[in-house]
Amino acid sequence: MTLDLLRFTTAGSVDDGKSTLIGRLLYDTKQVFDDQLEHVAEASVRRGGEGALDLALLTDGLRAEREQGITIDVAYRYFSTVALDGSSGRRFIIADCPGHQQYTRNMVTGASTADLAVILLDARHGVLEQSKRHAFISALLGIPHLVVAVNKMDLVDYSQERFDEIVAEFSQFAGKLGARADLVYIPISALHGDNVVEPSSNLSWYENPAGPTLLSLLETVEVAYDHPFQTPARFPVQWVIRPQGVPGAADYRGYAGQLASGALRAGEEVVVLPGGQRTKIAAIDTYDGELEAALAPMSVTLRLQDEIDISRGEMICRPDEAPEPTRELEADICWMAEAPLRPGGRYQIKHTTRSVSAIVEGLLDSVDVHTLQRGDAPQEMGLNDIGKVRLRTSAPLFVDPYSRNRRTGSFILIDEASNGTVGAGMICAPDA
Amino acid sequence: MSITARPELTHLQALESEAIHVMREVAAEFERPVMLFSGGKDSIVMLRLAEKAFRPGRFPFPLMHVDTEHNFPEVIEFRDRRVAELEERLIVASVQDSIDQGRAVEETGPRASRNRLQTVTLLDAIAQHGFDAAFGGARRDEERARAKERVMSFRDDFGQWDPKSQRPELWNLYNSRIRKGEHVRVFPLSNWTELDVWEYIDRERLEVPSIYFAHEREVFERDGMLYAWREGAELIDGEKVFSEMVRYRTVGDMSCTGGVRSRAKTLAEVVAEIASTRITERGETRADDRVSEAAMEDRKKAGYF
Ligand SMILES: Nc1nc2c(ncn2[C@@H]2O[C@H](COP(=O)(O)OP(=O)(O)O)[C@@H](O)[C@H]2O)c(=O)[nH]1
Repeated sequence: MTLDLLRFTTAGSVDDGKSTLIGRLLYDTKQVFDDQLEHVAEASVRRGGEGALDLALLTDGLRAEREQGITIDVAYRYFSTVALDGSSGRRFIIADCPGHQQYTRNMVTGASTADLAVILLDARHGVLEQSKRHAFISALLGIPHLVVAVNKMDLVDYSQERFDEIVAEFSQFAGKLGARADLVYIPISALHGDNVVEPSSNLSWYENPAGPTLLSLLETVEVAYDHPFQTPARFPVQWVIRPQGVPGAADYRGYAGQLASGALRAGEEVVVLPGGQRTKIAAIDTYDGELEAALAPMSVTLRLQDEIDISRGEMICRPDEAPEPTRELEADICWMAEAPLRPGGRYQIKHTTRSVSAIVEGLLDSVDVHTLQRGDAPQEMGLNDIGKVRLRTSAPLFVDPYSRNRRTGSFILIDEASNGTVGAGMICAPDA
Repeated sequence: MSITARPELTHLQALESEAIHVMREVAAEFERPVMLFSGGKDSIVMLRLAEKAFRPGRFPFPLMHVDTEHNFPEVIEFRDRRVAELEERLIVASVQDSIDQGRAVEETGPRASRNRLQTVTLLDAIAQHGFDAAFGGARRDEERARAKERVMSFRDDFGQWDPKSQRPELWNLYNSRIRKGEHVRVFPLSNWTELDVWEYIDRERLEVPSIYFAHEREVFERDGMLYAWREGAELIDGEKVFSEMVRYRTVGDMSCTGGVRSRAKTLAEVVAEIASTRITERGETRADDRVSEAAMEDRKKAGYF
């Protein structure tokens, strides 16, 4: 299956050139409008630039950040390479994530919906602790494609030797990550535009089947939801459509939702969790007519053959591939609140369209974000900590391991007192 | 009945599905949502998405227009007709009422606009009706301060937005818990661009108010923009009213929405023009955003759309 929309995230340490890279991508794909350019030109001069356009200024967001001169929250950018006749190219959504350690939560946020991560390194500095952390988080969040962009190649004389050194160093570390993601390295200069959108004669030694530029990679990489017919179908019921007082629709009863994964066909047998009732799909409705099959991530409405009482939070699946409802979970948590996570803590858990209560039964381990080693169970988890915990829920959830399903393997934890989103959870495979 | 099983999804289908998902989440998790409807292109797309999310049922929320009474008459006519066709309920919250009640003070002078006053009317209406979620048609590509806006954006009991303490938004899991008096703004079109909106209007064959197409109009030029001449508008020295072929890219308040010179009379021509345009939608047509680089951010903090 093809999808002409790619969501990717960018991560780098401060000053690695992330803003410049994004600015370069937007500028060289002609997505920058004249009035934006005017702003940037003026601001570049105000900041004492030597007349050169500072492309990094294209992507600065809020005033507080402008004042501090840093990016502190996830910002989303849009560009496309769609030809005017619509014949080629792609739409891109960039989740621009800051790289500081204290903002792990932002990176996790940006990574949660990304199909690809661009991890930026400074060619002079090579692989820093932070770069490793970015790669680790990308892998933890199940991003299927990692691109390590070695930036500022102009400052190392476009040296192939230096590039190879960095690749070797990173590969060694990546082996330990256990990431299933495919990994590509690419030498660039965001400032001068080498290998970003335009190929560069300075880097003619570099070869890549997808083409030499970062953009060629972004345009050709396969996007998630690639194999809907080989993935178990998961349909969390989101909303029940029962028209009242609408002439001609009085008997209508449809279960609306977005397919989290896989595909469902009209006529096939399904089971409803947690009740376990079996029935058949009578029809797959959309506003535009009935469908023979629905694929993730489509939003559709299912009508069922039998009258079963189903409400929001239940899940429709195929009987032979349904998940086992469970009230015990082990999950990697990224903690996002100042107040620590402790054993015994109670939270709201939101998983697909289902919200239940959860108690923290125990902290199982912790990830040292410097060495990326998993260590002993801590007493508590603080802001930006990552570790494995065991949870018990007030009602069953229908889960898959995150490594197999990013939609049904993920959840958020909500603090019932502050209402804040305090944790991001990724469910571990049994005995993982 | 059309039956398709193509194993591919266009970016518009993906964006559509995401927006429908957001709307159903809000309908399910909030007690009193409302959908803001201006008659503009983004809110026209929102209405179609709501049809896709909830038909054959009725919308589980009313529509609400914050009316400055300085709107283009074509837009108001369109608004009322569309609402009647849909058989949904429209609430009109009037800026004039806010002024009459002393809740808002009319700006004066040739650059007076009711744009800022809308915030007062909107927040009052939200409080009066007890709305806990308000759908808006804003997109992140519109303006830099919006790039960090959440899909579901929390507002405190003063209606304020705090860009520094936004809730993290992970996967497609939205945290809809709020206290009494607080509300959320919800932006199902967050990930759409202006071009996506027009392509969708084209694909869905949606009707839009006539002012989106090139038409002859009495205008005057100010700060490089073409404003519609209307009874009572004050001219500053040297400004002259003349006739020009223009098209609008947004349908805000007449006092601060500029037109662009255009020959695009059909949807296809508009799409082509947008695809090749060199100026952002807001930079070209909204006087209110040109005041300062941080104008939008400041207004958003105060509770603007
Ligand atoms: N020589 C060189 N400088 C670069 C390159 N990319 C970025 N820079 C400079 O590095 C500095 C930091 O870049 P910026 O994009 O603001 O970094 P960020 O903190 O990662 O967003 C700026 O002075 C950039 O001009 C590059 O490819 N080559």
